[in-house]
Amino acid sequence: MRHDHLITSKQLSRGDIETVLDYAAEIDADPSTVADRHAGTLLGLLFFEPSTRTKMSFETAMKRLGGDVVDMGSVESSSVTKGETLADTVRVIEGYTDALVLRHPKQGAATMASEFVDVPLVNAGDGAGHHPTQTMLDLYTIRENAGLDDLTIGIMGDLKYGRTVHSLAYALTNFDTRQHFISPESLQLPREVVYDLHQRQDGTGIKEHDSLEDVLPSLDVLYVTRIQRERFPDENEYQKVAGEYQIDAATLEAASDDLTVMHPLPRVDEIAPEIDETDHAAYFEQAHNGVPVRMALLDLLLSDDRGLGGGSDE
Amino acid sequence: MSDDHDHHDGDDDHELRVSKIRDGTVIDHVHGGQALNVLAILGIDGSNGEEVSVGMNVPSDRLARKDIVKVEGRELSQDEVDVLSLIAPDATINIVRDYDVVEKHRVERPDVVEGVLSCPNAGCITTGDEPVTSRFSVLEDGVRCSYCETIVRDEIADLIDT
Ligand SMILES: [Zn+2]
Repeated sequence: MRHDHLITSKQLSRGDIETVLDYAAEIDADPSTVADRHAGTLLGLLFFEPSTRTKMSFETAMKRLGGDVVDMGSVESSSVTKGETLADTVRVIEGYTDALVLRHPKQGAATMASEFVDVPLVNAGDGAGHHPTQTMLDLYTIRENAGLDDLTIGIMGDLKYGRTVHSLAYALTNFDTRQHFISPESLQLPREVVYDLHQRQDGTGIKEHDSLEDVLPSLDVLYVTRIQRERFPDENEYQKVAGEYQIDAATLEAASDDLTVMHPLPRVDEIAPEIDETDHAAYFEQAHNGVPVRMALLDLLLSDDRGLGGGSDE
Repeated sequence: MSDDHDHHDGDDDHELRVSKIRDGTVIDHVHGGQALNVLAILGIDGSNGEEVSVGMNVPSDRLARKDIVKVEGRELSQDEVDVLSLIAPDATINIVRDYDVVEKHRVERPDVVEGVLSCPNAGCITTGDEPVTSRFSVLEDGVRCSYCETIVRDEIADLIDT
């Protein structure tokens, strides 16, 4: 059965993921092969939360496939402020476009929206839920730099609210990986996510830590996320905690020479700029990879003959 | 509403007690204190004129104290009663016709419950004004919102959508 919507990375099997990554690599090597594949196709961008970066990445991907986008614009200027439901909005915009990309602050928004539309719908983030296209570009970057099997990865920062982290962790259970989750106690993975990870893997590959120190030397990849100021009651508390999860050149002296450092960007001060010029830094490459990966995903979702295959629905 | 006057014979006198209605459904062996939740989950509030009797904290052999609910004139289907397994896993369902128990069965855990519970996660899309029916998958030890994936293990009765 093909998937007509991309809602969560949980829906993707190892085979699905490899199909997308292989195709993204083909496109990355020679984008001209797909330059006109979707001439005349319109992608609707529904961003109920600001995210210039993700939105631009989707827009670039669609245009590089020969298509175009229509953008709902900011929430303030749209009919949403007049109290329209999401169910109504997606049904209206569906009538204008061939596929939809949705970002929404509520968890489960993409699942619900997909029940109201027939065109393919891509989840670009639903509250603290999922962000599967970010996951695919993360996996692509990991594969290019460290390989996806026999991988030891550390995921550090805000693991509680970080949908990017949850999506990535689910997807990695399809591969032979050891995942170390490093965060302050107040920002640990939600119990729901831990439960799922243990269901998906036998659990031996999942470990939680409150400090990077012990695990750093064993890591192939360190995935850093931002700890946001608003998660803490006051500035002092934030400074104290966040400071322990920032990395600089001195931190990385204990790391393997081959360590790959990733970050979904934008960063603030989690990764010192001095790391940018080292061989560890893969975060700008990671951001670049968003375009070929989203081109591959959109093409698979929009093509009758390909589809985003997959077996196990959850 | 209470008709505990016909329960004083105790739990042993099962047939006699559940036969007190003419036609309808008797839900027996409900955990003490859950009777009103049973009615809430079934959407029975008496407003449609159903004749409903509730016995609470009746002495019982199997449970220390049990509740019992009788609905006259309505035969509840297996699908309707299975959702009760979430709050009254030991409940037995007796279908009564002309004072006789003609069917007797246990509640079974359904895979999914729709429109009965509301999600406790304020960040869930189902808690707003969207035209969507709540949906929970039933786990071994709880329920899980099909939209935001929140898992609830305790106090499931608090989620009953009234
Ligand atoms: Zn929910």
